[in-house]
Amino acid sequence: MIDNHLPILQILLPLVAAPLCLLLRHRVVVTALAIAVTWVTFAVSVALMATVLQQGPISYELGGWPPPWGIEYRVDILSAFVLVLVSGIGAVVATWSPASISVELPRYERHYLFYCAYLLCLTGLLGITITGDMFNVFVFLEISALSSYVLISMGQDRRALTAAYSYLIMGTLGATFILIGIGLLYIMTGTLNMADLALRLQDVADTRTVIVAFAFLIVGVSLKMALFPLHLWLPNAYAYAPSAVTAFLAATATKVAVYLLLRFFFTVFGYDFSFDRMQLWIVLMPLALIGILTASLVAVFQNNIKRMLAYSSVAQIGYMVLGISFASVSGLTGGVVHLFNHGLMKCTLFLAMGCIVYRCGSVHIDEMRGLGRRMPWTMAAFVAGGLSLIGVPMTVGFISKWFLVKAALEQGLWPVAGVILFSSLLAVVYIWRVIEVAYFEEPLAVDGQGPVREAPLSMLIPMWVLVAAIFYFGVTTELTAGIAQQAAASLLGVVP
Amino acid sequence: MMETIGLYNYWVVIVLMMTGFYIVVARDNLIKKVIGLSIFQTSVFLLFISVGKVEGGTAPIIADGFEVYSNPLPGVLILTAIVVGVATTAVALGLVVRINEEYGTIEETEIHRQDVEA
Repeated sequence: MIDNHLPILQILLPLVAAPLCLLLRHRVVVTALAIAVTWVTFAVSVALMATVLQQGPISYELGGWPPPWGIEYRVDILSAFVLVLVSGIGAVVATWSPASISVELPRYERHYLFYCAYLLCLTGLLGITITGDMFNVFVFLEISALSSYVLISMGQDRRALTAAYSYLIMGTLGATFILIGIGLLYIMTGTLNMADLALRLQDVADTRTVIVAFAFLIVGVSLKMALFPLHLWLPNAYAYAPSAVTAFLAATATKVAVYLLLRFFFTVFGYDFSFDRMQLWIVLMPLALIGILTASLVAVFQNNIKRMLAYSSVAQIGYMVLGISFASVSGLTGGVVHLFNHGLMKCTLFLAMGCIVYRCGSVHIDEMRGLGRRMPWTMAAFVAGGLSLIGVPMTVGFISKWFLVKAALEQGLWPVAGVILFSSLLAVVYIWRVIEVAYFEEPLAVDGQGPVREAPLSMLIPMWVLVAAIFYFGVTTELTAGIAQQAAASLLGVVP
Repeated sequence: MMETIGLYNYWVVIVLMMTGFYIVVARDNLIKKVIGLSIFQTSVFLLFISVGKVEGGTAPIIADGFEVYSNPLPGVLILTAIVVGVATTAVALGLVVRINEEYGTIEETEIHRQDVEA
């Protein structure tokens, strides 16, 4: 019985828990509730994944109204994959967060507000991924966006406020662009259901309205996923938000936007329209390549390490978009698997930063001198995440780069493969700067207090769960790469 | 000529959309940016509602003597979008208040100057 309602449970659990946090208010109770709910949500998404792998896509009719009239929740292999990532990261970060929050949000004693916004953001991100209705996408997009503005503005630095404000302006513009695109498609077809829309668009594909809608959706989604040159909101937002928020958003928010890109341009418009007639790759590929190079280069010169990792995120979005722009099975596999893998490693890196903020209060590179000896487990996790970012074999980063380079060579694009390898070298440079300072310099003399100690176990254990995942999925690739390959094949409409 | 006039609603939408967008990009004052954002969003609401109107149609309630009905769906969608818009404006204004408390100004260049100096 309950099995049939798994898709709605996925959304309902965090959505109902969020206002409950407001009612309960008691700090320990709210924290326990948030952690419990996020883990149950994760269990639900794993169950959905298992069902999809066995029986194929699930269609759930909201309120019993059949699509295309009612809202349909549709879980196929790609959305199940993204659901597992988002809810998994949500659960790990929630478990990690209590200690970090108590240090980083001293001004906001009401922690239940943090967990309320956190659960709402999780709801929005899961909703975007699970829904099969265009307007529903917009609503969930705004739920996740509004709560993430609030979360970012909770940062200690006052620049968190201006960062949240400019994210709000750019994010709302992006969402409104998407709304315009959805409106124009509705004008032409009279339907909002994605599957129905895909069928009906075939007849009107050559009209100017549909082409304009296509353009609005590209710009809107690119703003949301921070594709170069629309990434300007991202570095400050990630650098000044509380560490738990950065770790959560960096691993999920932009990834869900990449998922939307795939949904819109492969499922709704279809490969023939997006890539044959509109030649979408001409826009995506150069922007992705420039983004990879410039963002990696800028990252090398950052002294705030959270900001450095934020620029690295912009570059990694470039990899995902690059994979998508090949529009081949191996390219899409690379894009989709990198979406998952980058979520794992960037979350680990930002959690390590959070542990350092917890003990040192700053992530400036000068403050990290000698931390390799003071906080060995935290820095080891950072090194693991960093190696994966570079793409060293045995880590997940290698798997994604392998597929991307393979896809580039399949199409004879040697220079593109060269850019991928060169930017990996840039990653070596910016990760090495931190490692050098942390392991090869003398620890800072701390005046008055004892030396900096290792982060508490409540933070280390969730972080090391992710480190284990980085190596596990770096060695056994059947699960991640296999699923990504199936997802890519189904997006392109070919038999794997 | 008639066609141009018949598309009156859409011309208004485009003018409003560009006005709002220009204010967001060009103004320095954070409150004015929020106003521009609201105008920009409102133009999209107008676009949806114009689409739903069927010429000579009445409200979609089944009754004797009426056969042509307007499409109710865009109106309902926009009801949701208006709520989203109000929430966005509220969060934005809340942020501006906090920025004013911290920086003592809501001019973007002045805030930027303070950040560079700090």
